Amino acid sequence: MSNEEVVQTQAAKGWRLWLVFIALVLISGVIVAKMVSLYTAEQAFLQKQGDARSLRTRLTPAHRGLITDRHGDPLAVSAPVATIWADPKETDLQNSNLPQLARLLSLNPQSLLNSLKENPSRRFMYLKRQVTPELAEHVNDLNIRGIHVDQTFRRFYPTGEVSTHLVGFTNVDGKGQEGFELAFDEMLHGEPGRALVLQDRKGRTIKHLKSLQEADPGEDLALSIDLRLQYLAYRELKDAVQTHKADSASAVILDARTGEVLALVNQPSYNPNDRRNLNPNGLRNRAVTDIFEPGSTMKPITVAAALMSGDYQFEDVIDTSPGYIRVRGSSIRDHRNYGELDMTGIITKSSNVGVVKLALSMESDAVRNLMFNMGLGQPTNTGFPGERSGVLPFLSERQEVERATLSYGYGLSVTPLQLAQSYIPFANRGVKLPVSLYKLDEKPKGERVMPAEVATQVLGMMETVVTPIGTAKQAAVTGYRVGGKTGTAHKAVAGGYAEDAYVSVFAGIAPISDPRIVMVVMVDNPKGQEYYGGAVAAPVFSRVMGGVLRLMNIPPDNWEEASMQVASK
Amino acid sequence: MSKDFHRSVSPDQSGLRKQRSLWNYTHLDLPLLLLLLALCVAGLVILYSASGQDWAYVERQAIRMAAGFAALIFLAQVPPRVIMRVGPWLYLLGVALLVGVILFGVGAKGAQRWLALPGFRFQPSELMKLVLPIVVAGYIARYTLPPNFKAIIVSLILIAIPFALIMKQPDLGTSLLIGASGVFILLFSGIYWRWIFLSAGVVAASLPGLWMIMKDYQKQRVLTFLDPESDPLGSGWNIIQSKTAIGSGGLSGKGFLSGTQSQLDFLPESHTDFIIAVIGEELGMKGVLVLLALYLLIVGRGLMIAVKAPDSFSRMLAASITLTFFVYVFVNIGMVSGILPVVGVPLPMVSYGGTSIVTLMIGFGILMSIHTHKSMLRR
Repeated sequence: MSNEEVVQTQAAKGWRLWLVFIALVLISGVIVAKMVSLYTAEQAFLQKQGDARSLRTRLTPAHRGLITDRHGDPLAVSAPVATIWADPKETDLQNSNLPQLARLLSLNPQSLLNSLKENPSRRFMYLKRQVTPELAEHVNDLNIRGIHVDQTFRRFYPTGEVSTHLVGFTNVDGKGQEGFELAFDEMLHGEPGRALVLQDRKGRTIKHLKSLQEADPGEDLALSIDLRLQYLAYRELKDAVQTHKADSASAVILDARTGEVLALVNQPSYNPNDRRNLNPNGLRNRAVTDIFEPGSTMKPITVAAALMSGDYQFEDVIDTSPGYIRVRGSSIRDHRNYGELDMTGIITKSSNVGVVKLALSMESDAVRNLMFNMGLGQPTNTGFPGERSGVLPFLSERQEVERATLSYGYGLSVTPLQLAQSYIPFANRGVKLPVSLYKLDEKPKGERVMPAEVATQVLGMMETVVTPIGTAKQAAVTGYRVGGKTGTAHKAVAGGYAEDAYVSVFAGIAPISDPRIVMVVMVDNPKGQEYYGGAVAAPVFSRVMGGVLRLMNIPPDNWEEASMQVASK
Repeated sequence: MSKDFHRSVSPDQSGLRKQRSLWNYTHLDLPLLLLLLALCVAGLVILYSASGQDWAYVERQAIRMAAGFAALIFLAQVPPRVIMRVGPWLYLLGVALLVGVILFGVGAKGAQRWLALPGFRFQPSELMKLVLPIVVAGYIARYTLPPNFKAIIVSLILIAIPFALIMKQPDLGTSLLIGASGVFILLFSGIYWRWIFLSAGVVAASLPGLWMIMKDYQKQRVLTFLDPESDPLGSGWNIIQSKTAIGSGGLSGKGFLSGTQSQLDFLPESHTDFIIAVIGEELGMKGVLVLLALYLLIVGRGLMIAVKAPDSFSRMLAASITLTFFVYVFVNIGMVSGILPVVGVPLPMVSYGGTSIVTLMIGFGILMSIHTHKSMLRR
């Protein structure tokens, strides 16, 4: 090869190299142009795409309002818990931590795997709900793709079966199902908030960026009940049901000055915190939703109607001989022939003949109207779900049998709460009050249904019932003047009345000197030796009322007796 | 062997040159060395973020880089003529090893790429990346340039053997890169433009025919490249995610370690092939442009060395090494930004991964050797 030729080719190659360099610069230009376009023309779109992947709006659960008693003691509280759920489509089935997850949630590892495999296209599947925050933390640490943890709340009921009939409960989704949890669900549940969060590809929240809207916690609800009285009433009622082998029982304690329900208990009950073996029988808030025939507890109303009619005076005497009376062919009997009884004696001895004579001599609707005015046959308007109004029929002049039986409490039906409400005018100088299951800020406006004088007179008659000559001496409370009326009604069954099934009732007021409390005890179908109201319901009244009066710091009428009572305890 | 004899007796002009500096003495090129150091440091910083702030990754990568620099310094001491002489032997060894891979190789995901030697695993295709341009350049440099028809054919055969063997593994990306490094030598050998145009024309004309014989899944890949959104949850996923990460970074980025897409696991392969998306998101357009500038400066210095190279072999080899490096960068960024289809090419010196760093460093060592050992044959 010649030297010249070599030089020439070398030169050609040098030139070619620079050409290549220019080509490289051009290619680089293409890259730069593409990058610049990503950063400018496509930036807004890509920015949105990026946010769409990593930014999420999450609902933050709202704290459900507390339900408390009148002093603020909690009856229903919300505790933070976690929900574990899976996204089967995303879930990493090969993950070696899956058996560990199953163990943590006490699930069978194989069935967990199977259920995930069987639903490959589903995006949501609960694994376990309402687990503790600690357990949720462990699940999070396992770091399995497609397994998620959500924060939520679970409802706990510290007083359990004692107040559950009033409070009710929520379901697993936090919606009220029974009682006030149901009635005030709207007010209690609040509004969930929204928060902007940063999430990673597994869908787990990495960072809380900002709160778009604060969760609006539900409002608290203060019930009218006093937890101390509630516990006391519940304990005694449960004891009575066991002792007398009764089907069920209810007790209602009212504040005679405000109409607030201070305690309301039923048997049987249930534990709202563990509803796995729930007996539907225990669900009923019988004091509000179940009706019965009140029997002799209506006699004070008949007597009050007589006193109001103007035809009778406090001192008037009725001859109840010979211990029975015939009304249109039906015979109405007393236990025995009480002879001549004054108004007080009719109540003391609970004379059927006495009240029938009074009722039949009055205007045909006098007794019925007073009962109605005192709240019977009308709704109690407590707002409690399933509340009943009872039945109080209109009676014409000619329905003498019905008018006769109504005077001693048959032919109408009431709830225990209605019965208690109907006794308020006796305790409140003739003024009826609406009843309330939640705490009132001020005393409600009452409605006069009888003259104060009549109320005081009947109250005095009821005090004699608990004396040794009355029908309920076991209702007496040491140190206090109390009064009331027993009732023992044959249970109404299809086609008439059961011979050997009774409802035992006692409705009472204390203290007589300055009434503060109205209480009703109703025991349904006691199957022991005793079934009279004076033997079954009255002792419960005595024990509960004694405790209530002391707990409420009501001064005794008889200090000596009261201090002896304390000393002997 | 008359050529070798000729070469050895030809006057070496190095003794006549201006005084020897420290850099002449160590056979290192200071600008290139500084640029590479800067690139490595940048690479480690980015890797720290891309690996989810895992020092273990950074440490292992730094060790590889140190090994790479050691190899670079060693290769810089070896004169180009020695490199040219051992080339054929290494080529034979490389081909033997590639055959060995096919017969006894180990690998993963349906591809056999490694030879399990006692103690370590070895990827013969990495050796071939270095050796093929040396052999082709060495072969062509024996003849008058531009090469005649026979030389071109022989060169193409030399290229085709490893190309086919690596393709068989299968590793299409690497075989194309190796093929390209050989073709670059031919390009720089001064073959006539008409042949270049002719072959380009043939390739272009055969494209529709190629489409006809392509398998369905291969067609699918091409379609996905043309429109990633057509399969957003499958093969289009990577590219959509990386574009999203880059584009959402904006001019100045979201801040180091603050990229939502890369740090929160939305960006696949974030510490290996798609690492530039991490830079793009966290450091923004500025960061990407600075990195690109660094690469272009290295390529520029490489081409300058090629231009100044004292003989045809050195010139062709230097140009091929530089251009191959550029192709790496271009293919990687091109694929991440959606210009090119997704092929598994790492971003040189920045992507996490061992062998490619050492191979690239050896290449730069050869460049330095070429630059600092003056002429072995005709100026």
